[in-house]
Amino acid sequence: MAAFLVPIQIIIFGFALPLGWISDSGMLYRNWLVKLYLFVLIALPLYHWAHRFYFALNDMKLGLPRKPLAALCYGGAVVVTVVTLWVLLSL
Amino acid sequence: MSGTRPDPSKLYYREVPATWWLKKKSYFFFMLRELSSVFIAIFLLVYLYQIYQLTQGPEAYVAFSRRLSSPGWILFNLIALLFALYHSITWFQSSAIVLPLRVGERELPRNLFVALNVIALVVISLIILVLFLRLKG
Amino acid sequence: MAEPTITLNITRYRPGQDRAPTTQSYAVPYKEDWVVLDALNHIKDQMDGTLSYRWSCRMGVCGSCGMMVNGTPKLTCAAFLRDYYPGEIRVEPLVNFPIIRDLVIDMSDFLDKLKSVKPWIIRKEEKPVSQGEYLQSPAQLEAFHQFTQCINCMLCYAACPVYGLEPKFLGPAAIALGYRYNMDSRDQGQEQRAVIGNHDGIWDCTFVGECSVVCPKDVDPAAAIQRSKVDTTKTWFQSILMPWGQR
Repeated sequence: MAAFLVPIQIIIFGFALPLGWISDSGMLYRNWLVKLYLFVLIALPLYHWAHRFYFALNDMKLGLPRKPLAALCYGGAVVVTVVTLWVLLSL
Repeated sequence: MSGTRPDPSKLYYREVPATWWLKKKSYFFFMLRELSSVFIAIFLLVYLYQIYQLTQGPEAYVAFSRRLSSPGWILFNLIALLFALYHSITWFQSSAIVLPLRVGERELPRNLFVALNVIALVVISLIILVLFLRLKG
Repeated sequence: MAEPTITLNITRYRPGQDRAPTTQSYAVPYKEDWVVLDALNHIKDQMDGTLSYRWSCRMGVCGSCGMMVNGTPKLTCAAFLRDYYPGEIRVEPLVNFPIIRDLVIDMSDFLDKLKSVKPWIIRKEEKPVSQGEYLQSPAQLEAFHQFTQCINCMLCYAACPVYGLEPKFLGPAAIALGYRYNMDSRDQGQEQRAVIGNHDGIWDCTFVGECSVVCPKDVDPAAAIQRSKVDTTKTWFQSILMPWGQR
């Protein structure tokens, strides 16, 4: 799902908006459907990242301690999920 | 039939070097594929921060978006976009192997499956773009 | 004019004598239709009878002659000298396995893992012979046929970086074989193959995909593993959401 939605997200918010090709008043974010979409878009790929990154670091034999690393990766994903929820709800 | 096991004290165990993934092209691209998730995650964090600026008022939101136009950030977003696209293509390739589509008796050839997904990616992206432009206000 | 030769650099290891493996070079006659196995046999017959290696059918069906040829796991009966000539060929024992001697590796771990997936038809109730055969349609056979082609050559284990880093990993061939039986319509033993769904079963796999690339019989163990992941997840969800439904 991230495979379909992330590229256009980067194009709009990483290029079009900063370079002034389009303008955005931010009104759209008040809509709860948009908030739901954004929550799914931001929070879910983080778990995918946590899993892949944790395994990749282990594969690279960097000798990092496993349990703290797992806590950092998966825990990090949980923390950001909560933050995302908080930001979206306070808009 | 019982087999005898070799004497473990005489066996030679070869260690896998930490650079194993640099030794073969396919291993390198595998690692690249896995690390693409890092760039996507960082982009999403930056984007989250961008949305957060809205809670500080619409001017903060616009101001932060302007900051993202600096060459450093543009370069980052370009790299993130390339990695995101690489992630998408490799994801479609993986899906072709995991969930083969059957048309009647035969399996859909993998390249066709990937091509169809790429088309879907373009179509969905355009839909989101149009929706965003018309609804943003 | 001297006959053309090709150089093979081969791993030598004498247990109890050598501390570590060494490499020995042999200049072997180059023949266009020879495979690496022919070169090894020539060395053993004419040059150095002490070289040890496994081989049998020399035609790609027994799975005995798997070795690393220039860093890639290959059946030496299927690696043609002409694809490497005039360069040198490095022949090493299959990686990710302990070396017994020269090019011979210890495959006990692999055999244990094969056994652990119970690679035979398991029935909840056996049908007596008098009742006739189990019927299976071509479509039912198609569902698992490609996974029956495994010749246990272990090239996939040599190609798999996960197996190299985590020796407890069940591995491509064993999982593909377990999948082959789980998908066989005659089999009713999926629950007894729980080792596949364990932490060191399918879930250690990060879908590098090299196993399927090196497989000489197109078994595609990577597909078997990923599809097992989908199936086990589906079954897990079903058992949570519909605990009363028993197969």
